[in-house]
Amino acid sequence: MSAQSYTKLAIFFHWLTALMIFVAFPLGLYMHDLPFSPNKLQLYSYHKWLGITVLLIAILRLTWRATHPAPPMLAMPRWQQLLAHSIHHLLYLLIFAIPISGWLMSSAKGFQTVYFGILPLPDLLAKNKELGDLLAEVHELLNYTLLALVGAHIAGALKHHFVERDDTLKRMSFCYKGKKTDA
Amino acid sequence: MKLWSLSLLALLSSSISVATSAAELTQLNQDKSQISFVSKQMGVPVEGRFKKFDAKIAVDPAKPEAGRAQFEVDLGSIDTGNSEADSEVKGKSWFNTSLFPKANFVSKQVRSLGNGRYEALGQLTIKGVARDIAAPFSVKTENGVTLFEGSFTLNRLPFKIGEGVWSDTTTVADEVQVKFKIFLTASAAKK
Repeated sequence: MSAQSYTKLAIFFHWLTALMIFVAFPLGLYMHDLPFSPNKLQLYSYHKWLGITVLLIAILRLTWRATHPAPPMLAMPRWQQLLAHSIHHLLYLLIFAIPISGWLMSSAKGFQTVYFGILPLPDLLAKNKELGDLLAEVHELLNYTLLALVGAHIAGALKHHFVERDDTLKRMSFCYKGKKTDA
Repeated sequence: MKLWSLSLLALLSSSISVATSAAELTQLNQDKSQISFVSKQMGVPVEGRFKKFDAKIAVDPAKPEAGRAQFEVDLGSIDTGNSEADSEVKGKSWFNTSLFPKANFVSKQVRSLGNGRYEALGQLTIKGVARDIAAPFSVKTENGVTLFEGSFTLNRLPFKIGEGVWSDTTTVADEVQVKFKIFLTASAAKK
């Protein structure tokens, strides 16, 4: 594997996080408006379990990245590198902030998060309706920010792939062998 | 407690005539007393309570075995901590409060478990279903106020609490922990 590519584990973490976000986000929107039912209780729990998993993977990702740095960015205008870099940082921030805001909201609303129905996570806040409602707003706002950033992230990747025709997107593939000319 | 049982109206006269104990407590402190419960939803313990209930009690804290009690819980006063759930549980599948507004408990017997612990046996009626239950409790007196505190496990399904789609116990467990804190004073002292 050349220094131009991500490690297989980093690639796995990336797509796993993407998959979980693509499930958890619409699930969050959908479950919110459901009438109170067993189905709603189940979906809320699944959503929380997904969110906590995103958080755990985020911790693993940063730990892994600390010892396995990402490859340098491909050649592109400086402003594009800065923009891509900022978006990556914000995405990292959000995969921590969003699950944590959800966890805090659950605590404040008096409905503890029990991971997979087995492992109770400590309530970081005491029950408080006003705070719970506020955290719900924060959770929602952060998620719409995530939506915008993921949109930009994907648009950037597609632009590099189809317009510049460079290896930006291919580098995130498990099959990527590294750029021959660079080696 | 040897709380429990008594006809609704004949409370005072019968408690005096049957027990004839000067130390009997009959006055329920409505503000401090609590009836709460913990249900498990998707493995998550969720606490709720009933804001309104009444009790006809006659008990001598020195001799709880001779006490009697009757509780009446206003099921519509339920506070699950979630407004959506509050309206749901008043509906037909749960308590059906329009048809069955109250739950009641009538004591039959109180026995000592030793070490200051007692157990009240009696009949609990919810949603037209009557079942015998046993509720262990302790007795503690401070500053002239006696606290009877205990809990018991209520299986919701035999009482038809949560029917139809809600009878799935992987979503809402069958076992509900019911906790009570009953503060009593002598009727003469307070009021």
